Amino acid sequence: MSRVTCRDAMGRAIRRALLEDDRVFLMGEDVGRYGGCFGVSKGLYDEFGPERIRDTPLSESAFVGAGIGAAIAGMRPIVEIMTCNFSLLALDQILNNAATLRHMSGGQIGVPLVIRMTTGGGRQLAAQHSHSLEGWYAHIPGLTVLTPATVEDFAGMLGPALADPDPVLIFEHGGLYNVDAELPDEDPAVDINKAAVRRAGQDISLLTYGGSLPKCMAAADELAASGIEAEVIDLRVLRPLDDEAIVTTVSRTHRAVVVDEGWRSGGIGAEISARIMEQAFWELDAPVARVATAEVPLPYPKHLEDAALPSVPAIVGAAKELLGRG
Amino acid sequence: MRDRVELLRDMVLVRQFEERCARLYQEAKIRGFVHLYVGEEAVAAAVMGVLQPRDRAVATYRDHGHALLKGVSPEAVMAEMYGRVDGCSGGRGGSMHLFDVAHGLYGGHGIVGGGLPIAVGLALADKLQARDRVTVCFFGEGAVAEGEFHECLNLAALWSLPVVFCCENNLYAMGTALERSEADTDLSVRAATYGLAAWSVDGMDVDAVTHTAQRAVEMARGGAPCFVECRTYRFRAHSMYDPELYRDRAEVERWRERDPIDLHRTRLEASGDLEPGAFDAMRAGVDAAIDRAVAFAESSGLEPLDQLTRHVYAAGPEAGR
Ligand SMILES: Cc1ncc(C[n+]2csc(CCOP(=O)(O)OP(=O)(O)O)c2C)c(N)n1
Repeated sequence: MSRVTCRDAMGRAIRRALLEDDRVFLMGEDVGRYGGCFGVSKGLYDEFGPERIRDTPLSESAFVGAGIGAAIAGMRPIVEIMTCNFSLLALDQILNNAATLRHMSGGQIGVPLVIRMTTGGGRQLAAQHSHSLEGWYAHIPGLTVLTPATVEDFAGMLGPALADPDPVLIFEHGGLYNVDAELPDEDPAVDINKAAVRRAGQDISLLTYGGSLPKCMAAADELAASGIEAEVIDLRVLRPLDDEAIVTTVSRTHRAVVVDEGWRSGGIGAEISARIMEQAFWELDAPVARVATAEVPLPYPKHLEDAALPSVPAIVGAAKELLGRG
Repeated sequence: MRDRVELLRDMVLVRQFEERCARLYQEAKIRGFVHLYVGEEAVAAAVMGVLQPRDRAVATYRDHGHALLKGVSPEAVMAEMYGRVDGCSGGRGGSMHLFDVAHGLYGGHGIVGGGLPIAVGLALADKLQARDRVTVCFFGEGAVAEGEFHECLNLAALWSLPVVFCCENNLYAMGTALERSEADTDLSVRAATYGLAAWSVDGMDVDAVTHTAQRAVEMARGGAPCFVECRTYRFRAHSMYDPELYRDRAEVERWRERDPIDLHRTRLEASGDLEPGAFDAMRAGVDAAIDRAVAFAESSGLEPLDQLTRHVYAAGPEAGR
């Protein structure tokens, strides 16, 4: 047992994967000598060398596509894209190749590739460096989309992702890297098919993932102080969504707020809300509420960025309103 | 066309402005990503120095020098660094996204390579409208690895557009040295394969850059796009924090001996173009201008929260809902 940050938990998971399977290699911009732009892969270059910790030029489309090709040919690449903002340069490879090749080839080709990237805003990085695109990627059949929010999940999601015969995208919220917790020395066995209940409650469900989980936990504390027991569901996997967990919690609390950092229109919150309506409509005592990012490219000034992003007061407010205590 | 003493002052303005920004960052007055241009000032000084006010510039996130020397006031740039309403982008963009269309500055782009297609489009419009304007697009050597670089050089050459591609080769893209990202590191030779004129020049020497920039801008004005590689160096970290493990201190020190400001100052003093003592007076004048810019930024207001969704559509906040 030791205290580990989300950053180091992911680094440790990459190291274990490299030790266990010689088909695994890490590739991306500044992952090697620099140690990763967020320091996730620090030390790995010295231990594993430039072949397996492979620095790439600024060529997102080419190295993501090369990861796809290498995966098809039997390797198990972990491709790091510095941030999801730059994944847009590789969107063609991810959507038109990684997600479709199995189907187009009539099942002859699989792409056992893991793509990791940072996501999210909140650090005053302005409109081009603050996107939350995991909901977009969750739109695409053929992909699995993971959103770790705890140290345990940062440590434990990579193993099963690498074991998956199809492409898996891991979105790591930049605001979580410094979050730490006690972690056992052996790899935690985590299930990447299931959502998790992070706090039990019977009055209302807060459904969230990734960087919004700490906000929902704080909101649940505040609600508890007003005598409202919120259940916090960490979705963990945005594709495929764990419908059973969503229906179970809504059936218990009869009220739901979906919290996510994407823009509201067409976001993952809309999908979750629709599924609740389709599968648990008669369980609801109130319409499903959404707390999402305002429909604006994220502005640089702190007061405007804070106002645009989901916040603890906004989550508390939405919950109280559903309970008629707004 | 700026004279050689003005070019020295231009470089000093950028240097002092950014050193102040670094301090303001430590004081948490400025936030987000801030990329300093310290060491590279000769490039923007020389290239902007040969442009006409009507000409256009497209820059990267490392854009303070380009904005200041394209004519944006230190007040408007500093207020933008602060995220205040009087900033050149209304406070919305911050350090990485300086815009001022009145002065021909079209960003401030945060995605590596993202500015090149826009520059091609600006030049295309000018050609279609028979306007006598040149667009200069600045980018780091890291961008040469992106597909957009290659697509854009081809388009510009194919369509004979009035654009100059100015590559600021500071040898490192974050922690990646040029020779670890390009199989052939001779960038002007590679650019020339797209069918445009291409030169490499000493980017620490403002006279040398001026000489080449003049030719390039003249040719572009005549419809022949050009590529100029300026060999330069950034003296500081990639962004505000960076452990700089990818290069050794001795290398940085070697390059600092060729500080573009010192080089030019020494030359001007030797030739008698700059009186002894004039440099200190010049720097004091620049510092006073920066003090005024900081005071202006401090006194500029924050945009009200009810304006959050402004500037998303021309029609206003209600559009697109
Ligand atoms: C498409 C894209 N990939 C990665 C990044 C992250 N990033 C920002 S600056 C930078 C280095 C760019 O180096 P270079 O083009 O040489 O310009 P310099 O910063 O040296 O001026 C990187 C990798 C980005 N902004 N955009």
